Amino acid sequence: MTKEQIPLKENDVNNERGSMDKVEPVFSTGVGISEATIKEISKAKNEPEWMLDLRLKAYRKYLTMPMLDFGPDLSALNLDKIKYFQRATDHIARKWSDVPDTIKQTFERIGVPKAERQYLAGSSAQYESEAVYSNLKHDLESRGIIFMDTDSALRLHPDLVKEYFGKLISYSDNKFAALNTAVWSGGTFLYVPKGVHADVPIQSYFRINAGRTGQFERTLIIVDEGGSVNYVEGCTAPNYSEDSLHAAVVEVFVKKDAYCRYTTIQNWSTNVYSLETKRASAGENATMEWVDGNLGAKITMKYPSVYLVGRGATGTMLSIAAAGAGMHQDTGAKMIHMAPDTHSQIVSKSICHDGGRADYRGLIKYTKDAHHAHSHVECDTILMDKKSGSDTFPVNDIETSDGTIEHEARVSKVSEEQLYYLESRGLSESAATQLIIMGFLEPFTKQLPMEYAVELNRLIKFQMQGSIG
Amino acid sequence: MADLEIKNLKVAVEDKTILNGVNLHIKDGEVHALMGPNGTGKSTLSETIMGNPRYTITDGQILLNGKDITKMSVDQRARAGVFLAMQYPREVAGVSNANFIHSAMNARSNGKPVPVLKFLQDLQHNMKFLDIPDEYADRGLNEDFSGGEKKRNEILQMMMLKPSMAILDEIDSGLDIDALKVVAKGINAMRSDKFSCLMVTHYQRLLNYVVPDFVHVMVDGKIVKDGGPELAKELEKTGYEGFEKEAEKG
Repeated sequence: MTKEQIPLKENDVNNERGSMDKVEPVFSTGVGISEATIKEISKAKNEPEWMLDLRLKAYRKYLTMPMLDFGPDLSALNLDKIKYFQRATDHIARKWSDVPDTIKQTFERIGVPKAERQYLAGSSAQYESEAVYSNLKHDLESRGIIFMDTDSALRLHPDLVKEYFGKLISYSDNKFAALNTAVWSGGTFLYVPKGVHADVPIQSYFRINAGRTGQFERTLIIVDEGGSVNYVEGCTAPNYSEDSLHAAVVEVFVKKDAYCRYTTIQNWSTNVYSLETKRASAGENATMEWVDGNLGAKITMKYPSVYLVGRGATGTMLSIAAAGAGMHQDTGAKMIHMAPDTHSQIVSKSICHDGGRADYRGLIKYTKDAHHAHSHVECDTILMDKKSGSDTFPVNDIETSDGTIEHEARVSKVSEEQLYYLESRGLSESAATQLIIMGFLEPFTKQLPMEYAVELNRLIKFQMQGSIG
Repeated sequence: MADLEIKNLKVAVEDKTILNGVNLHIKDGEVHALMGPNGTGKSTLSETIMGNPRYTITDGQILLNGKDITKMSVDQRARAGVFLAMQYPREVAGVSNANFIHSAMNARSNGKPVPVLKFLQDLQHNMKFLDIPDEYADRGLNEDFSGGEKKRNEILQMMMLKPSMAILDEIDSGLDIDALKVVAKGINAMRSDKFSCLMVTHYQRLLNYVVPDFVHVMVDGKIVKDGGPELAKELEKTGYEGFEKEAEKG
C-alpha cells in the first residue's frame, strides 16, 4: 500500500456496519501493512527512534516467519485485509466531559462509568485502537502507581517502558508477537512501586468496534518488590460480519515478594481471531496468577505462561472456556520452573456445546535448577452433545529428578442423575442444566469481582441458550 | 391438599417387571407406611411416582387429585406437589445448598420470586429446627455430606418446598437414633390436612416416632397386606417371612 492510498479521514467508516456506533476515526492507515504503514503509525504517535527501529525489525521478522503450525486452522485469516491502525480521537481524554458523546453511549452500554463508580480505583478503556478515556483515581497516583495506556507511558515514562518492553516476549517469539510489535497500539501500562499494595482491583475495558480493525494492544505490567496488584480486564465486542484479528501481547514482571493477579474475560464476537501472547515472570517468593475466561471468538489461541525464575516462586492459571457453534478454543498454560522450590497449578475448565470445540494445550517444564518443583494440572470438560469435541495436549519437559507433577483430566456429560434430582424439586430441565453448569464453573467465578461473576453467568446463559432449552 | 391413587400399576426396568399391579390410595392429610423386604419394589414405586425415566410403566395409572400424572415430566410432577426424599441424594458441586433451594422455590412460585430475606429467615429457622449447622447453607449441594447429613438435608428441602404429597424413600436408613429423632421431628412438623405422605421403610423403628395412619406390606411387586399401625408392630415380631412364603405359593 502506498501513502497516497491512506485516507486521513474515513468519512464512509459507518457503511455496512449496521448497528455500529457512529464514530469516525480521525486517523487511519487503511487496509494492509507495509513499512510505510509502520512509519506512519510511529510518526502519528511521535514515538522515539528506538521504538520505530524495533517496529521495523519486528515487521521484517514477521515477513519471514511461518504461520503457527499447530492447533486450529488459520487458513481463512487474511492478514492483508486487516486495518492495522485507527485512532478515534486525537488525544487521550482525561475528563469524562471531553469524551465524544457517541463513544460515551457505547461505554455506558457496556457499563464503564457505572463500574468505575462502584469499584474502581482507576479505569482506562480502550476504544478501537487507542484509549480515549483514561481516569486515574487520585490516591493511586499519589502512591506512585502508574496506570495509563501504553502509548502515553511511552511518552511520559520512556525509560521505564524501554527497560521492560519486549524483554519477556521477543518479537521473534512467534509470528503474531512479531506482528504485534510492528503495529502495536494502546494497551495498558501499569507500574506498582516497591512495597505498594493496590487495594482494589484495577480494571480496563477493551472493545473492538469497527470491522476489520486489528487490535494489537501491548500491555506491560511491572510489580516491583513486595508490591501487589489485582488487574482486571474485560472484553466485549458486538457482532458484525467482517473478520477481525485480535493479537495482543501482554508482559508481566512480578518481582521478589510481589503479587500479581491478572483477570481477563474475553468475549469477542464469533468472527474474531484471538491470537494472544501472554507471559509473566515471577521472582523470588513472588506469585503470579492468571485468571482467564474465554467465552467468545471464532478461534482463540492463548497459552499464558509464568517463568518461575526465583526460588519459591508460584504461578497459577485458572481458566474457563466455553465453545459453541463455529468456535474453537485452543487454550492452556505454560509453567516454566527455572528455580528451586517453585510451585505451579493449572486448573482448566471447559464447556463445549452446539458443535464447539475446546482443547487444552499446556506445558510444564522443570529446568535442571528446578529442584523440588511441584506442579498440579487439572482439566475438566463438559460436552453438551455429540457434535462437540475436546482434547488435551499436555507436555511435560523435565530435567530434574526430584520434582513432582500431578495431572488429572476428565471429560463428562451433564449427569442424568443430577438432572433428575434437581428436576424432582421443580426445576425445568434447562434450569437444572444451567444450575449444574454454573456449579461446574464456580471455582472460576468465585475468584471474580462480584459484578464480573454476575456478567459471566449472564454471558454463559446467553451463549448456551440453544443447548440448554 | 393431595389425593394420590395408584391403580393396577405395572412397572418394568429394562424389560424386567418389578411391579405387578400395585393398588394404593393415600387421601388428604394421611400418612402411609410402605414396608417390605429388600428388592421387592418399594423404591421402584417411589421413583415411578416421581417420574424417574429409568422406569417404564407398562400398565395402570397414577392419579394425583384425580388427574393422571404418568405423562407429566419430573419437574411438572414436582410443581404439582409431589416430592421424593431420595434414598441416595445426588451431590452437585459448586451449587450452594441455599442457592439450590431458593432456585427450586422460585421454580414453584408461578413466576413470583421468593424474596431473599424471607427465604433466608425461613431457611435459617428450619435448619435450626433440624440441627443443621449454619455453614451447610453455603456448602455445595450434598457435597461431602455424610449419609445422615444428606437425609437431614432431604427433610430440610421438604420443609422449605412444602409439598402436598411427600414420598420418603428409606429416609431412616443409615441414621443413628439422634438423627432419626430429628428426621421424625421434621416429618411430624409437616403433618396437617394439607400434607400427605408415603414413608417407605424396611424397619419398624421410624414408625415409633412417626406413627402412620395406614401400613402396607409389599412383597414381589405387589401389596399383600394392609392395616393400621399395629401391623408394623406385628411385622417386627414375625418378620416378612410369612408373607414371602405366601407370595411364593402365589
